[in-house]
Amino acid sequence: MRYVQRAAVAFGRFWWDFLIGDTPELFVGTLLVVGAAALLRHDRLAGLTVVVLLTVVFLLASTYRGRASAARGAADGNGAGQV
Amino acid sequence: MSTTEVTLALAVFLASAVETVEALTIVLATGATRGWRSALEGSAAGVVLLSVLVGVVGVPLVRYVPIATLRVVIGALLLVLGLSWLRKAILRASGHRAPHDEDRIYADTVSRLDDPSGPSRGLASRRDALAFVISFKAVLLEGMEVVLIVLSLGASAHRLGLAAASAAAAVIIIGTAGALVARQLSAIPENVMKMAVGIMLTSFGLFWVAEGMGLRWPGSDLAVPVLIAGFVGVTGLAVAWMRSLVRPAPPGVAAALAEREGAVR
Repeated sequence: MRYVQRAAVAFGRFWWDFLIGDTPELFVGTLLVVGAAALLRHDRLAGLTVVVLLTVVFLLASTYRGRASAARGAADGNGAGQV
Repeated sequence: MSTTEVTLALAVFLASAVETVEALTIVLATGATRGWRSALEGSAAGVVLLSVLVGVVGVPLVRYVPIATLRVVIGALLLVLGLSWLRKAILRASGHRAPHDEDRIYADTVSRLDDPSGPSRGLASRRDALAFVISFKAVLLEGMEVVLIVLSLGASAHRLGLAAASAAAAVIIIGTAGALVARQLSAIPENVMKMAVGIMLTSFGLFWVAEGMGLRWPGSDLAVPVLIAGFVGVTGLAVAWMRSLVRPAPPGVAAALAEREGAVR
């Protein structure tokens, strides 16, 4: 029973780290991309434009946020941004 | 083979190569300090478990889940994974984050395991539970992302066999090369590979999310290389932009980092 519990916790932790981890904005961005594709599925041009733009915006925003975390990590003496 | 299949095979191969390098570093360090037999047995057990996962999860996915649903769910997973790899690679390429240092990981693992008072030191032919567990965990943890990529790309394109074969080829080639060059794994341009995989996974993820929702890309499958080319451009611009934001570390931090570097070497 303990083994099953531990395995379930490890499984949950893996998916949490994988999907959210230290980049929750990428998870939110992906949900928005899926939502936009669903909402705009009848307007091909607008749909494709919006999903591409959303992806690029969230990538750049998350990278910028990562820079800030890296700087904080370095200032705390944790090395060059072990984010 | 179609353009999508070639790109898929390449993406899986590169992703598997990156993860193999990371797992191999720990396996080599474990083998060198605790004995090769248990380290190799642990690695083999990890590979077997991962292969079983691909078969047990992948085949039902391809056979029983509607392709549109599969593409949306898996496309979203690929998008999260691809964006996360790409973000990390951009931060490393622009100097905001330390590159993945295989030499340091090797040295850290060796110093952690190389305990002269340990019961298994020097007994290369005996079984060593610690070496087995460490190698097994390294292969399993690094391999889980590969399994996800194989399942995602393979199932969405209905080419699970091709995806699995590409991953196996990467493990065999990198594993053999790694065993031959032993501690030269740091020479492999891991960040460039990670960036390439991030670009490919993001492109595939976006392609399949839209397709799964019924948005048809112009040129159908040819849209994948176009998306890849677009994300190469975005990545290049992002690296340049992030480099322009690099500020020199304050003197105290710079000294601490230099000291840490020295301690590692």
